[in-house]
Amino acid sequence: MSDSFTPLSRKDMARRVAQDIPEGWYVNLGIGIPTLVADFVPNEREVIFHSENGVLGMGPAPGPDDADPWLINAGKQQVTLRRGGSYIHHADSFAMIRGGHLDLCVLGAFEVAENGDVANWATSANDTAPAVGGAMDLAAGAKNLWVVMEHTTKDGSPRLVAKCSYPLTAMRAVRRVYTNLAVIDVTPQGFRVVEMAPGLSFEALQARTDAKLDLADSNKDPNHG
Amino acid sequence: MINKTVRNLAEAMQGITDGATVLVGGFGAVGQPDALIEALIEQGATDLTIVANNAGTGRTGLARLMELGRVRRIICSFPRSVGSVVFEELYKAGKLELEIVPQGTLAERMRAAGAGVPAFYTPTGFGTLLTEGKPTAEFNGKPCVLEMALPGDVALIQAHKADRWGNLTYRRSGRNFNPVMAMAARLTIAQVDEIEPLGTLDPENIVTPGIFVDRVLRVTV
Repeated sequence: MSDSFTPLSRKDMARRVAQDIPEGWYVNLGIGIPTLVADFVPNEREVIFHSENGVLGMGPAPGPDDADPWLINAGKQQVTLRRGGSYIHHADSFAMIRGGHLDLCVLGAFEVAENGDVANWATSANDTAPAVGGAMDLAAGAKNLWVVMEHTTKDGSPRLVAKCSYPLTAMRAVRRVYTNLAVIDVTPQGFRVVEMAPGLSFEALQARTDAKLDLADSNKDPNHG
Repeated sequence: MINKTVRNLAEAMQGITDGATVLVGGFGAVGQPDALIEALIEQGATDLTIVANNAGTGRTGLARLMELGRVRRIICSFPRSVGSVVFEELYKAGKLELEIVPQGTLAERMRAAGAGVPAFYTPTGFGTLLTEGKPTAEFNGKPCVLEMALPGDVALIQAHKADRWGNLTYRRSGRNFNPVMAMAARLTIAQVDEIEPLGTLDPENIVTPGIFVDRVLRVTV
């Protein structure tokens, strides 16, 4: 296609997600691009990050002098604890998740369907060695589930689909999708485009999407937002 | 006088039988009872079911136990990770039964076992491959699946400080599955960094009360 537009980088996608997280929210970030989101929440905005291996109030990666092998996140990277943070065991950690105490979980995914189904843990029903971790609990339990992912696969296949082809992580769970091309809400009527990468036309976005897209009203009116 | 401290690894492992279900604490390497796993390898029990978040890395510890053919079945949430070579070899060769459980369901199944709850409904995993065939029911409009408690014959756990009654404290994210597994097994064996005189651990800081712990061994790293 001949459109001239600039897809967002991984960092820009993380920065875009961070913009939408209000102060006071309890947030779990999945592995990959979601983990980068924390770097773009300014320190003065108090957002409390949860890591499912038992850390509430997780801070950034340690400097060379305060590295602590006993303090890791769910991606098994060393992290720090913010002032006011606490430790919990696994059952309490997932009680926070499943009990609806987390305001938000941001996950990566392979596919999101227009009804909010999400697939992010296995690429086929007979994966040689499947592994799920906490993804199903997070997807089922958080008050809001946002997905951040590339809009298409490396070979250009759409990841926003009418129906997931990969094994599901959760049914009807996703509220919003942030891709390198757009911000898209999942509504009872399907996908609604909230924002597009600069220079990208709606037609070009639709061409890269399997499911039918709808334009949010604010996007239809050029004088608005 | 109650004294749950044991003198050595062999004493810690006494009575673990073939066919046992062994809960193993830790999240990756953090909070994992490495010395107890090595001792289980020495002890010789076989045909084991291992319950752990991960399935071992490299060729030591859990991976070694599996490589020796001593594990019939593994129940975990995330077996595949950097360096989980032994697991992948055995799984591909059909020499290891695998049950994948969502991480929170895994923790809750053990908590339920420790709490005397035989089964519970959870929304996690509804409509996915991992809960196929399980009974379902809807509560307040939310579809749920029935999950069974997961008790252990033995739990091998890691903690920071202990006393002779088996009271335990933990270190940061090393806590993870350890307190839950301590509750869920008939025989709970804790590897700890330090043993303090009774009464010196602050009762407000004891995470696992000794009622859940049978044996304590100090292991110096």
